[in-house]
Amino acid sequence: MPGNVTAQATSDRRPEDRAAARKAADAALSRRRLTNRLAWAAGALSLALVAIPVLSVVVGVVGRAVGDWHWNVLTTDTAGNGGGLLNALEGTLLIMGGVAVIAGTIGIAGGLYLAEYIPADRGQILRGASEVLSGVPSIVLGYVGYVVLVVQFHWGDSLAAGLIVLSILVVPYVTKTTEVAIRGVPTAYREGAEALGMRSGYTLRKLVIKPALPGIATGLIVALAIAVGETAPLLFTVFFSNAAPTGQLTHSPVGYLTYLVYTFFNVPAKSAHALAADAAVMLLVLVLVLIVISRVLVSMTQRYSPERRQRVGRAPT
Amino acid sequence: MPKALRVVAALPLVALVLILAALVWKAMPAIRYNGFGFFSRSVWNLGGSYSPIVTTHGIRHPQGATYGALPLIVGTLQSSLIALILAVPIGIGTALIVVEKLPARLSSGVGFFLEVLAGIPSVVYGLWGALTLGPFLAHDIAQPIANVMPDVPVLNFFRGEGAHNSAGNGNGLLVSGVVLAIMILPIIAATTRDLLRQVPRSTVEGAVALGMTDAEAVRAVTLPWVRAGVIGASVLGLGRALGETIAIAMVSGGSPGHVTTSLYGAMTTIAATIVTQLDSAFNDVSGLAVSVMAELGLVLLVITLIANVGARYLVRRVSTTALPVGRGV
Repeated sequence: MPGNVTAQATSDRRPEDRAAARKAADAALSRRRLTNRLAWAAGALSLALVAIPVLSVVVGVVGRAVGDWHWNVLTTDTAGNGGGLLNALEGTLLIMGGVAVIAGTIGIAGGLYLAEYIPADRGQILRGASEVLSGVPSIVLGYVGYVVLVVQFHWGDSLAAGLIVLSILVVPYVTKTTEVAIRGVPTAYREGAEALGMRSGYTLRKLVIKPALPGIATGLIVALAIAVGETAPLLFTVFFSNAAPTGQLTHSPVGYLTYLVYTFFNVPAKSAHALAADAAVMLLVLVLVLIVISRVLVSMTQRYSPERRQRVGRAPT
Repeated sequence: MPKALRVVAALPLVALVLILAALVWKAMPAIRYNGFGFFSRSVWNLGGSYSPIVTTHGIRHPQGATYGALPLIVGTLQSSLIALILAVPIGIGTALIVVEKLPARLSSGVGFFLEVLAGIPSVVYGLWGALTLGPFLAHDIAQPIANVMPDVPVLNFFRGEGAHNSAGNGNGLLVSGVVLAIMILPIIAATTRDLLRQVPRSTVEGAVALGMTDAEAVRAVTLPWVRAGVIGASVLGLGRALGETIAIAMVSGGSPGHVTTSLYGAMTTIAATIVTQLDSAFNDVSGLAVSVMAELGLVLLVITLIANVGARYLVRRVSTTALPVGRGV
């Protein structure tokens, strides 16, 4: 920009001055072009720095697992420093199911209440509490679960304690996404239903919750992905078991995948390292499946969502 | 129906209060035993497992038990700071490229990458950090730096503790910081991306019409527009980094007794200490060690909550004041 100014101010001077000014302006412009290129190159570099870790994690972990992968890790239980993943897989799926039920019920009900029964500008204490809860470190939750549920309530190694702690951890996500999804349903739907004289319960079920379902399900799936990957809240609540889950809620430890990665990766035995890598791969697979499902659901929501229109200029109200 | 829902909606609040109450209740003996020295001492001594239980100030404890959390607090802050220094520029750069340059199809691909990055369990990051990243940093980054770095007091932090052992096995501060950076990158990048998409096109187009290059327009218009939100997202990431447990427990080297004097030195964080020491804390029959864990949890909770509440306050402020067209530049 300074270059341009110089060029204009000197336009009535001698030709050689003008040429010099033009040269300076050109130099300034090419300098700015270069800066521009460099800036975007830095952006591209940062994009690469995002991609490299993902690839490195996937390649590194999978690479360690495929070396001596045996399909029977999926059909045998953990034993000593090796064995298989069957007990941990069953346990992780059981925990997933339990969290889906508990956190799903509480989170969806809470989100429904926040979206339908109180105005957007009220209920800040409830929303705030939920947000604050989402920031509590998982190990703090795990510790409290251990101290209160396992010790004070005498639940012992307990699936119920683990489920409660994990649910506390993920309920805020489910609540938030449910609230957002339900608020995303156009007001016109409700107004139309009311104009037609529909009962409010029916309207809620068919015209509010139904279109919001993909959004709600997405939140739940993200919550499940978090639950599957957590270790700290489970270590001191459900502990670990080499046997298949018994189904008992208390006084019965349960195996899960993250424990095997955390504990076996530095056990000095080849079979333990292999099992840790196998468990990590299973975790990656589970999380990837959940993410893909949630993306499919999101694309389903966006097909009908009013947010699509916002992108072409309408400010969110 | 609304009544029942209301009870359910209040559950997070109830849980929060109960968690706080349980922590304070369990931490009380440790708070009274440790005093303020807890925050200034660099020592981690559970007392011998077989030493007699004695009573000081009415608190039963194994003889010789001394706790000081300074190295843990410093380690937590150091590793999170490294994570922020790495993740904030990279996250903003990624978000800018995605919003300003990439076609829609590709940018949704990057979104998928970010989601995977966010979804990978921390224990898998820990495994990767310990087995892949740690050795790489130790041999290919730390050693070359140690070779060229002059032996100057301040620079010794980057040089490692003497040229000979600077490489170590990799576990330590830098690996922890890098792993944390990767873990908080998706939060920062995705939030910044969403904020950038809200910047009105006409403002940026105005800047370009005035003759700015698009990088200049980003610097002069787009970034100031989203500044508060990006700061909020970064602080949110900081909150996550401060509380991260398992990955750090796997790559930190676990050294609760002293503050590391080098970028590659073994260290530990509050969260990692709780998870790695709770097992041995059970062996303290006086119960003091378990109580100390509660005090640690309380300290961690306070630090992370300050970060979290601050971040949300900032983002909330930006989403109401910066959204209307014509303000916030």
